[in-house]
Amino acid sequence: MTEPALDRRTGESPVTPLVQVTDLKMYFPIYTGILRRHTGDVKAVDGVSFSIQPGETLGLVGESGCGKSTVGRALLRLYDPTAGQVMIGGDDVTRLQGEALRKKRPQMQMVFQDPQASLNPRMSVAEIIGEPLLEHTTLSAQERQARVFELMDQVGLNRRFANRFPHEFSGGQRQRIGIARALALNPRFIVCDEPIAALDVSIQAQVVNLLEDLQDRLGLTYLFISHDLSMVRHIADRVAVMYLGRIAELSPRDALYDRPLHPYAEALLSAVPEPDPAAEASRDRIILSGDVPSPANPPRGCNFCTRCPRVMDICRQVKPELLQVEPDRWVACHLYTSAGATGTGKPSSTNDKTRIQQGEDA
Amino acid sequence: MPDGGTIAAGAVLDVRGLKTTFRTRGGEVHAVNSVSFQLQRGEILGVVGESGSGKSVTMMSLIRLLPSPPAQIGPGQVWLDGQDLLQIDAEALRKVRGPKVGFVFQDPMTSLNPVFTVGSQIMEPLRRHMGLDRAGARRRAGELLDLVGIPDAARRLDDYPHQFSGGMRQRVMIAIALACEPDVLIADEPTTALDVTIQAQIIDLVKRLQKQLGMGVIWITHDLGVIAGIAQRVMVMYAGQIVEHGPVTEVFRAPQHPYTRALLKTVPSLTGRRAARLQVIEGQPPILMAAPVACSFRDRCAHAFGRCAQENPERRPVDDKQLGFGHDVACHWEAPHD
Repeated sequence: MTEPALDRRTGESPVTPLVQVTDLKMYFPIYTGILRRHTGDVKAVDGVSFSIQPGETLGLVGESGCGKSTVGRALLRLYDPTAGQVMIGGDDVTRLQGEALRKKRPQMQMVFQDPQASLNPRMSVAEIIGEPLLEHTTLSAQERQARVFELMDQVGLNRRFANRFPHEFSGGQRQRIGIARALALNPRFIVCDEPIAALDVSIQAQVVNLLEDLQDRLGLTYLFISHDLSMVRHIADRVAVMYLGRIAELSPRDALYDRPLHPYAEALLSAVPEPDPAAEASRDRIILSGDVPSPANPPRGCNFCTRCPRVMDICRQVKPELLQVEPDRWVACHLYTSAGATGTGKPSSTNDKTRIQQGEDA
Repeated sequence: MPDGGTIAAGAVLDVRGLKTTFRTRGGEVHAVNSVSFQLQRGEILGVVGESGSGKSVTMMSLIRLLPSPPAQIGPGQVWLDGQDLLQIDAEALRKVRGPKVGFVFQDPMTSLNPVFTVGSQIMEPLRRHMGLDRAGARRRAGELLDLVGIPDAARRLDDYPHQFSGGMRQRVMIAIALACEPDVLIADEPTTALDVTIQAQIIDLVKRLQKQLGMGVIWITHDLGVIAGIAQRVMVMYAGQIVEHGPVTEVFRAPQHPYTRALLKTVPSLTGRRAARLQVIEGQPPILMAAPVACSFRDRCAHAFGRCAQENPERRPVDDKQLGFGHDVACHWEAPHD
């Protein structure tokens, strides 16, 4: 399996990635019949590799059911991954057990999607934010309160509300409570799992700005999971596009949005409506037919072959590997492999059209 | 015909001064405050606003889908086909819901009945309102499923909703709403629960059907991008009122209300220059415990001045068209020409 991080920064001073994921797999078993026999697996994540540099934001996008949230949860060992390696700050999180794992948890935290469901309704804000401190530190009650106040200041919550309960807050404020809780133990890495999906547009911007401020101030590293491609363009440095448990494309943000290489990334970007009537009227939209196949029974070969507008014969037989096709750009597609492009080896042309031509001739 | 004026030519729906209040234990909540608009035959009218702005309640009030109590719909008038929907009795109303006004709800997961087949749910309005027999209704249901783009439609009539994906369930909802060929289709956030690639399919479908069948469509959403792509006219709602209304191109090109202007700026773009920092609208939308006597947006508004706290702004035209036919705004502040 290729490891994007190992050579993606060649030429620059080598930076050790904070997070290094190699061939991560997360299968959920299916049991059927009276005997509950193991008859198959939902391959929610099926061989995902990427790395995140310190201070970087990696966007993870895809449609519902593509496995992006499962990646986030498996990374933090909220699930036990089926296979693969997750190095965070030098430790393989998938191997840690018991006390060692507990000691690791303060370094890696999560902000959840639904601020309504992820906060205990019977705990006050001070208790929610203070709970990680109680669990992982030996602070006195007074020190703890001081830290809770400090955290509330950091996320823009009024200290006077420390003794209120989650239901007394609006969605945006609740998400601030969740962020404060995630920050309590000075983590280095935070998985933001759709942190703004449940919020109104005018509130989304507030929360995203807060996340960016905190990153600048505290040097945080984010995995930002979202289905909102325009918000990911705003916040992420690099973006991984997932489809049915695999990464289709992993590219720097501007490169991806200017010229997506993978046909799925291209279709996904073209489906996003732009708030500009003139642009909308003149846009050529790629409308994919059909639905995402079930991850319990993914198609043979490339998992996008059932909906791909540029599908070739080889796509239905051979699973494409995630390969570096241009500097820093990783794509899993036969259009960019020697098998897809006849005789020419890796396509060297930068012109999209030539490459499609090569693909179709194959 | 409505008193105090005639219904505009081509208008299929005419709403005048509609108010809806909820009587709750915590007091009265004024969800819709004097909303007036018209829907033309064959157009798509977009309605945008944040949650709680009253856009769904307004549309549900039109065909009295809200339980009363707690909801109290009215005063106001809703003219459709020569009758005021707020005055007619239950039997007459039943002849409106379905045959004249179709409704597509936001959540395709919960708005279909899980214990009936999809076919029987599409056949129900056909048999009740269109006078079709079982075989005829079944044939028509198959055609409708085919129309909304479900492959192998005739066979899938016997499937249950859980056997369909989210996008396909939303297509089924649309098929049910279209079953009686209504004059008006109200789509309440029909794509919000769906993925973008599926959303693109549904938008494409509704645009095509709307052209084919010539109905008027009201499309409720909080996504400005969707509005830009689908609607001819747009109404922006805030705190139960229409704060800006006009042709989509005009409202997006030269937004007049500070709320519309801010809303357009808070959404990051997929193309063009990437802003270093997102614009925000500080604060929260209000919950109206009394009918507004001042501008509801003034606490979040950068341009608020003395008058905004004293007087609730009326809609005023910003072009030379008659109010309700061109671009209008409910704001005391005059936006500079830019």
